[in-house]
Amino acid sequence: MSNTVHHSVVDRENDYIHAGYGLKSWLLTVDHKRIAILYLISITIFFFVGGFFAFLLRLELMTPAGDIVSAETYNKLFTMHGVVMIFFFLIPSIPAVLGNFLVPLMIGAKDLAFPKLNLMSWYVYNIGGIFALYALVNGGVDTGWTFYTPYSSTYSLSNVVPVVIGAFILGFSSILTALNFIVTIHKMRAPGLTWFKLPLFIWASYATSIITVLATPVIAITLCLLLFERLMGVGIFDPALGGDPILFQHLFWFYSHPAVYIMIIPSMGVISEVVTCFARKRIFGYKFMAYAIMAIAIFGFLVWGHHMFISGQSVYAGFVFSALSFMVAIPSAIKVFNWTATLYKGHIEFRTPILYAFGFIGLFTIGGLTGLFLASLATDVHLTDTYFVVAHFHYIMVGGAVMGYLGGIHFWWPKMTGRMYNEAWAKFSALILFVGFNLTFFPQFVLGYLGMPRRYYIYPDEFQVLNVLSTAGATILGLGYIIPMVYLLWSLRKEKNVGTNPWGATGLEWTTQSPPITHNFEKTPVVTGEPYVYQEEEKVVE
Amino acid sequence: MSSFPLLPDSASTISDQIDALFFFLVAVSVFFSLIITIALAFSAARYRKGSTASRKGALSDYLPLELAWSIIPLIIAMFIFGWSAKLYLDMHVAPANAMEVYVVGKQWMWKIQHPGGNREINELHVPVGRPVKLIMTSQDVIHSFYIPAFRVKQDVLPGKYTTQWFEATKPGEYHLFCAEYCGTSHSGMIGKVIAMEPADYEKWLSGTSSAGIAMASSGAEVFERFGCKTCHRQDTGLRGPALDGLWGKQVKLADGKTIVADQEYIRESILNPGAKTVAGYQQLMPTYKNQLTNEQVNQLIEYVRSLSATQENQGNNQ
Repeated sequence: MSNTVHHSVVDRENDYIHAGYGLKSWLLTVDHKRIAILYLISITIFFFVGGFFAFLLRLELMTPAGDIVSAETYNKLFTMHGVVMIFFFLIPSIPAVLGNFLVPLMIGAKDLAFPKLNLMSWYVYNIGGIFALYALVNGGVDTGWTFYTPYSSTYSLSNVVPVVIGAFILGFSSILTALNFIVTIHKMRAPGLTWFKLPLFIWASYATSIITVLATPVIAITLCLLLFERLMGVGIFDPALGGDPILFQHLFWFYSHPAVYIMIIPSMGVISEVVTCFARKRIFGYKFMAYAIMAIAIFGFLVWGHHMFISGQSVYAGFVFSALSFMVAIPSAIKVFNWTATLYKGHIEFRTPILYAFGFIGLFTIGGLTGLFLASLATDVHLTDTYFVVAHFHYIMVGGAVMGYLGGIHFWWPKMTGRMYNEAWAKFSALILFVGFNLTFFPQFVLGYLGMPRRYYIYPDEFQVLNVLSTAGATILGLGYIIPMVYLLWSLRKEKNVGTNPWGATGLEWTTQSPPITHNFEKTPVVTGEPYVYQEEEKVVE
Repeated sequence: MSSFPLLPDSASTISDQIDALFFFLVAVSVFFSLIITIALAFSAARYRKGSTASRKGALSDYLPLELAWSIIPLIIAMFIFGWSAKLYLDMHVAPANAMEVYVVGKQWMWKIQHPGGNREINELHVPVGRPVKLIMTSQDVIHSFYIPAFRVKQDVLPGKYTTQWFEATKPGEYHLFCAEYCGTSHSGMIGKVIAMEPADYEKWLSGTSSAGIAMASSGAEVFERFGCKTCHRQDTGLRGPALDGLWGKQVKLADGKTIVADQEYIRESILNPGAKTVAGYQQLMPTYKNQLTNEQVNQLIEYVRSLSATQENQGNNQ
């Protein structure tokens, strides 16, 4: 690679971080990399706010009786935990941080197609966030993140309106980012970079963007209807006003099930990059992997009714939604098998990012398989609305999405900052996370099968042992999130010395200096080969 | 912290069947998790960087393998789907001889009335060995009637009836939970289902503490009090359709459709009379939405049903 030699003489201060100084240079930036950093700061704040709520919830659940907080406060805590983690952390996490940073770099572009729109999306995100935080300091909201009617539209006395407005506004930031990615990936790929030469992270970002653009308007409309009913008494969902509460659930899940894929597909993209790099091998079944992502994105729109098997929807609708839900499991299974096959006969180097990838594959597998219990109609009747569901979606969203996000942060941190973090600490915290996560959520599968309903402030005595285990796990898990904050920030004190390509990875982002210059590449790269050409270990390590 | 169970009680005809499917799913999950774990551990150990194991014949694509791990899981998935769908259907179709019990959910209690008149709050007494069908509605928000030991759960909605049925197999006391989040005291909306030997159940039914006026009789009184008979009796003006013999029959509607006269239809006709007008009648009836409680509507329904029961008996006598 000829650029590598070239970059060793580049002035180290000539990068996007030093392209401007002062707050204004950041707040008015249109550089996708700087906007990624802005997003990183925003979503990290929300992550720790949401995590603090979770900590209080687990503390309360140590004993069967109510002791630390009141029932109202408990209900507000789990609502705000869900709202903050889903809307303000998980949905923007990988697209807005890693996607923003990497999409142009990976396709050899100077920036996203609409840089100003990109900056606007960050402001829109924060305006939505301010509404949510206003509701929070003003007393909170207690509807559950699902806002089920008629409770949310008529009965709840809490701050439903500001939170709903916040989520409504936030949706536009997702749409703007997604729109930007779609146009950029279509129109701005480097010469020679055809669709089937794209890294799988780009396929994942593309699929996620398509879902976002198609599904988010539906939740926006639904939230508007909810506001009409709550504020003006227009009867849409409340039967007392002539509405239908099930209609809300259909509309809500038409967005919110695809939203699960908005959260998990980007992580799948990250894992494909990490596994190939540290196994020094091409991805197994590249085309199947790309098709599987698109299949998940498309089928993901047709399974929303599996959240409603006991809601009173027709039995036959249940059959259709169940069958389709089983089918959507297949492309997910294909992905797990293909990552596993990629490792076979590789040259596996155990650096921090691949530890996260191993964690992801294991936890996502359990999350996916327990999804079958809920796609299956008869078992879902018993398990739905219990802790089994809570455990299942945390395996997908935390074990899957967050593990992928952290794996990605560790993989691209040297590219984003030019610095390497302390690997001993990083490996230690990956291990802590894995242990803490399983101890927190595995007991919840058992709790759910035993029949403990979710969103319960007080519970029968026989569930206490498992709840104590879960709380103990959550404490360890919390530690696993705090340690990376410390060593990642600490690494910024070090010298920028990682070079262009510290991992010996393929991909265009590794051909430009770390951190990259404002316009990413000195010269527009030309792509001739396929992705993930890790042929022989000897060739890659320079 | 006296007990630490890992398996829930299993006390209905359906619960063992659900458990069989559940443990089959557990077996499938363990099987696939083990395959993945062993494969990952094998590669991690054998193909770690610097190991001398041969990498000859490493593949980056192999269609037969891709197809195998697409199609085999699909077959297993469809098998589980079929098994589960069959059970789900069984859980929805109550046996014809099921005894019916009315449930009204409200923030934050369960109000139950047996056709014989017995009322209960947050308790449901049922006999073992006999199917029980719950006719449920909510006074406010959505609730969900969940009996873990029976493996049954059904959302309870305002503005319409939902039903579920079960047959208890083992006498005992079981948890009753509200499973759909319904506000501040959601976790306090709990109770007990008490399954009893039939003889004990009969004794309980006739016990002074719980016995009441039969729902049909209360319904007759409501019928009287709200002046329903002004229009709905054969010996009066007949401005509205006669109700004798109506229950369970096909009704021809003004728009040409037909509908079976069941709980849902009669409820709707009382609360929203214009929705499905009977053919040949004008829509004159006012709504009783804000005048009748859910319990009174349930009693009226039992009264209308009793009108058909007497007629059937009379028919048999002739």
